[in-house]
Amino acid sequence: MSELKTDPKLAEEVLRLQGLRKSYHTGTPLEVEILHGLDLTLSRGELAALVGPSGSGKSTLLNVIGLLDSATSGELFLLGEATSVMDDEARTRARNESIGFVFQFHHLISAFTVLENVLMPLMIRSGKPSKAHVEHALSLLRAVGLHDFANKKTNLISGGQQQRVAIARALVTEPALLLADEPTGNLDTETAADVFELFRRFNREIGCAVLAVTHDPRLSASCDRTISLVDGRITGDQMRQIIA
Amino acid sequence: MRLADSLWVESKIALRFLGDNPLQMLLIITGIGVGAAVIVFITALITGLQANIIDRTLGSQAHIRFEAPEAYNRVSQTPPDTVALISETHRPQRLQSIINWQQVLAVLDQQPELLAVSPMVTGPALARRGVARSSVVLVGIEPERYLQIVRVDENMVEGRFRTGAGETVIGAELARVLGLTLGDKLIVDAGFGGEKNLQIGGIFSLGVREADERFVYVGLKETQALLDLPGGVTIIDARVTDLFQANAIARRLSTLTGLKAESWMETNAELLNALRSQSMSTQMIRIFVGVSVAFGIASVLAVSVVQRTREIGILRAMGSSRPQILRVFLLQGGILGFLGSLAGSAAGYGLVQVFNIFGPKLFYIPVDPWLGPSAIALATVTGVLSAAVPARRAAHLDPAVAIRYV
Repeated sequence: MSELKTDPKLAEEVLRLQGLRKSYHTGTPLEVEILHGLDLTLSRGELAALVGPSGSGKSTLLNVIGLLDSATSGELFLLGEATSVMDDEARTRARNESIGFVFQFHHLISAFTVLENVLMPLMIRSGKPSKAHVEHALSLLRAVGLHDFANKKTNLISGGQQQRVAIARALVTEPALLLADEPTGNLDTETAADVFELFRRFNREIGCAVLAVTHDPRLSASCDRTISLVDGRITGDQMRQIIA
Repeated sequence: MRLADSLWVESKIALRFLGDNPLQMLLIITGIGVGAAVIVFITALITGLQANIIDRTLGSQAHIRFEAPEAYNRVSQTPPDTVALISETHRPQRLQSIINWQQVLAVLDQQPELLAVSPMVTGPALARRGVARSSVVLVGIEPERYLQIVRVDENMVEGRFRTGAGETVIGAELARVLGLTLGDKLIVDAGFGGEKNLQIGGIFSLGVREADERFVYVGLKETQALLDLPGGVTIIDARVTDLFQANAIARRLSTLTGLKAESWMETNAELLNALRSQSMSTQMIRIFVGVSVAFGIASVLAVSVVQRTREIGILRAMGSSRPQILRVFLLQGGILGFLGSLAGSAAGYGLVQVFNIFGPKLFYIPVDPWLGPSAIALATVTGVLSAAVPARRAAHLDPAVAIRYV
């Protein structure tokens, strides 16, 4: 066991899918398989784009990877741990500690301020935030350029700003894996480029693996890796050397 | 995480969720408040009314009355296997003294459940003044003992409560019928061949017709002479510490003394029955108001769960557990119940004060200091319980579906 942990290759592996299948019952006896046995590995520091036409299973795959949904068969290893054996409590804890989410619509909680939204994952984990937690959240807000908006209600800032708050919130726990479901789909081109730049920056600085679903070819082109999903099967997996 | 830390964030979320929709919150709190006000007011009113009725009823009578056992026919033993046909004429109940009443009195004086004990001799008589006559009840008493049972001295219309040495105290109604005022003479005759001239030393009004029209308080010795019971006592009245234990105490002391003991609860069975029915109907009102308040809270939270579906989904994605989401909504129910009943209790107290100051002034409603806090505690628990169904639904939302809910 200790040998496994000290193996540098395994330590770098954030996510591994083995023959992962997902199907839905759409009413007996019909069963529709969405994901047909996927194999995929994602390592620390990787910035990967997940592309594919509508209905190809991208969102389903993201839900399964984010432990919001469970696979029908196959295995998903998160930081080397098999998730199929985890109970609801363990999956909930894993979501809090190891995964950050950014959705197409920001999904901030309107009853809380910008700062409180960023602090929420930490508050869920350990109750009243410590001074260090607040400092950390403020530094993230500074990093996304919204330090001055910390005490504003979330509905008083623009769409692009809301999405940047959502990114700060996803990163506050310093997760090993950041999942983004069309994070720029709702933004204009310029704002989208800014937001995506943040992903790249945090990916480099924090070293978390990023898996982003996107329809925007320019954004996917700027990732290290592009994974194509068509009809629930991985049809392409291209590595790219980005010249900084 | 410790539960206290978890509760901190849960209560923060619960309060913000409620505060985020002030109109909805105001409406439901008003609803709960009206319910709580009705419960507090009606409870105070009925409790006050009943205390007043009991107080008035017992203002002119003892809690327990001891009398000599009734005379009855003894049937002689028949040999076994014999059928006896008996034609019985019930014996007339003549006035009779309690045997060894001094000893009985000493025993009763030592009972911790009895606050006061008073020996009396009482019997029927005819009161006369000139040509006017009225049938009365002679009540021979020792004033210092009797006044601890019935506070006649606090209900005097004229004069003072003073008996013995030819003085008597009579009711206001009797005084009116016979045209008597202080210092006038009254002749009483109990039918034992002697009559007595008494001077009116005081006139009382207990507000009970029977007493005001018939009672003639006379000294113990004079009454014994009038009723031909020298040295005798026909009744021992007692006052108990716990009113509603009167029945049980009467049973026990009856066995102890061998006397017939009747509690106020038996004498006023009809009244007690009425009070019980009243309490029951109040209870029904309280239950139904409580149930409708509970349904109000549940429906508001059910709507809130739908409104918050996406936020519940994102909280779950960020690592909120099902029990945390459950508690967020249970807390909202509790907070609504607490705030609503706080406002309602204040309103209820206000209504009681309005009734006391501006009402018909038939009686005063005393305010029990525990009524408000207990109503609030009960409403808070009701709030938590009525949140159970919506909270369970929120906790069992599928986060993947909830996040995409529009």
